[in-house]
Amino acid sequence: MSQLGNSVSDTLVLAKRNLQRIPRQPDLLTGYTIQPVMFTLLFVYVFGGAIATPGYDDYVDFLIPGIVVQTIAFGGFTTALGLSDDLRKGLIDRFRSLPMSRGAVLAGRTFSDVFLNSISLVIMFGVGLLVGFSFLSSPGEVALGLFLMLLFGYAFSWVFALVGLNSSSPETANALGFIAIFPLTFASSIFVPTATMPSWLEAFANVNPFSTVSDAARALFVGAPHGDDVWGAFAWAIGITIVFAFLSISRYRRAVSN
Amino acid sequence: MASDVAIETHELLKHFGEVKALDGVDLSVPQGTILGLLGPNGAGKTTAVRILTTLLAPDSGSARVAGLDVVKQAAELRAQIGLAGQYAAVDENLTGFENLEMVGRLYHLGKAPSRKRSSELLERFDLADAGGRLVRTYSGGMRRRLDLAAALVARPPIVFLDEPTTGLDPRSRIGLWETIEERVAQGPTVLLTTQYLDEADRLADSIAVIDHGKVIAEGTSDELKDRIGGERLEVRLEDGTQIETARDALRELSAEQPWSEDGVVKLSLLEDRGAIAEAVRKLDAVAVGVDDIAVRRPTLDDVFLQLTGRPVEEAEAEDAGGEEAAREGQA
Ligand SMILES: Nc1ncnc2c1ncn2[C@@H]1O[C@H](COP(=O)(O)OP(=O)(O)OP(=O)(O)O)[C@@H](O)[C@H]1O
Ligand SMILES: [Mg+2]
Repeated sequence: MSQLGNSVSDTLVLAKRNLQRIPRQPDLLTGYTIQPVMFTLLFVYVFGGAIATPGYDDYVDFLIPGIVVQTIAFGGFTTALGLSDDLRKGLIDRFRSLPMSRGAVLAGRTFSDVFLNSISLVIMFGVGLLVGFSFLSSPGEVALGLFLMLLFGYAFSWVFALVGLNSSSPETANALGFIAIFPLTFASSIFVPTATMPSWLEAFANVNPFSTVSDAARALFVGAPHGDDVWGAFAWAIGITIVFAFLSISRYRRAVSN
Repeated sequence: MASDVAIETHELLKHFGEVKALDGVDLSVPQGTILGLLGPNGAGKTTAVRILTTLLAPDSGSARVAGLDVVKQAAELRAQIGLAGQYAAVDENLTGFENLEMVGRLYHLGKAPSRKRSSELLERFDLADAGGRLVRTYSGGMRRRLDLAAALVARPPIVFLDEPTTGLDPRSRIGLWETIEERVAQGPTVLLTTQYLDEADRLADSIAVIDHGKVIAEGTSDELKDRIGGERLEVRLEDGTQIETARDALRELSAEQPWSEDGVVKLSLLEDRGAIAEAVRKLDAVAVGVDDIAVRRPTLDDVFLQLTGRPVEEAEAEDAGGEEAAREGQA
């Protein structure tokens, strides 16, 4: 088989492995299902009434595109957990001693995340529609929005691949993810308009890619005005993918289990 | 390089911070033979295996496996080797069968051949019944067997086993030795590491003793044992003042003068069969009463004591210090 053929087949073999594991570790699925649904309900019913979103008929139209962005970004977290577990169990040593393509372990992980992220998109929008959200844009825009979500999720799978490879245990990966990345999602326009933040935070939030991508999602799902955000969001997604794929693969080449 | 040498290293050197994990290792393993790399914790065994399996690059020196350079021809080399690392590297959330099939696919054996080979190996490693179960339900011994099977999926000509029996109870250990003898060690060249002389003795054609990253002795198991004087007789006397008499009486059983330690008379036996009866008879003849008498097989401790002048525990203690230092160095 050709080199490219081998790379594709290696990636698919490993993606299959990752997906086979999911129903056998149901606790992993809570990150995709129960947790974001809880968040949605909390924000809609607890905070929603107190948050003013000028230009939107209802807070739920503002919230759902934003919370979908947060959920999709954290979808890649299974990659961090899985890789740090593989490192600890010595599986990375085994994979690195096999004549398989160097990127396949990571590509297999990030690829299977796309599948899981698709499921979580269905769940999130399903719950959103139940609590009063509605798509206010054209079907073409919605489709482009869904594509952007999956692309952005894919980019963050590579960020989490790097986190996982630098974590000696799933606990460390968890800590890194929630201390370094989780707060970033709050310092953005995901949950509230940035205009109400103190000016230093507003300045940060306005350049935060989570804001750009959330605003783009609002443009594509509920027809909000967006300026350059849609282009910006695609640029961030592609840029993050390229940079973190490069960093993760070079880290993988040197990774050894303890 | 001669084509009948499967593994060859030259002046292999690897540092981790201040720690010299490998300090100039030269090895040569003829094709189709089994080398036992014997050494205590921290000796550098795993580091050597990792370099030879392309996981780590050496700081300097060179190594060839199957005629391929481990650094420059790493990609080609990986198709020629099988590795069972120090801890069983199997996916807990897959079944035994799925684990082997995945490894077969990653060696690019193709789907149908991978599945066929997996069933065959499960059968051979007494895992046929458990093959459809998730590995997280397996015992330590079963995981080890599955890990060995995974190393053999592609029938690689060269196999590396890093401490294959560590962590197993004595019965599982012996079971695994039989597995290695019958199913692994037929055909491929094997490099196995171990902390136990009896394991190296039983499985290996030749042994290299490694300590502090240096090979300090090499040879067949018999050659090494000869160097440390074979089996030992140890006699504790009823009356400690008769030590001299006892040493003289037992002189004939050994090639050299018996010695004593803590009131125990010790000697290296020329012939271990019937040694206890013979010794009791000789001591009886000179009216020396025996409190306790035993034949002891030489252990790694004895090899160590003989080769380095210090027991294994001391070597470990030194290493523990070294590890601390290395960690501090990294911090
Ligand atoms: N990644 C690492 N970073 C720092 N030091 C290391 C690393 N790997 C190994 N060492 C050190 O190198 C030395 C040799 O380690 P190695 O794992 O090769 O020993 P070993 O013979 O396999 O021991 P064991 O019987 O405990 O498995 C030890 O002092 C160890 O602490
Ligand atoms: Mg080791």
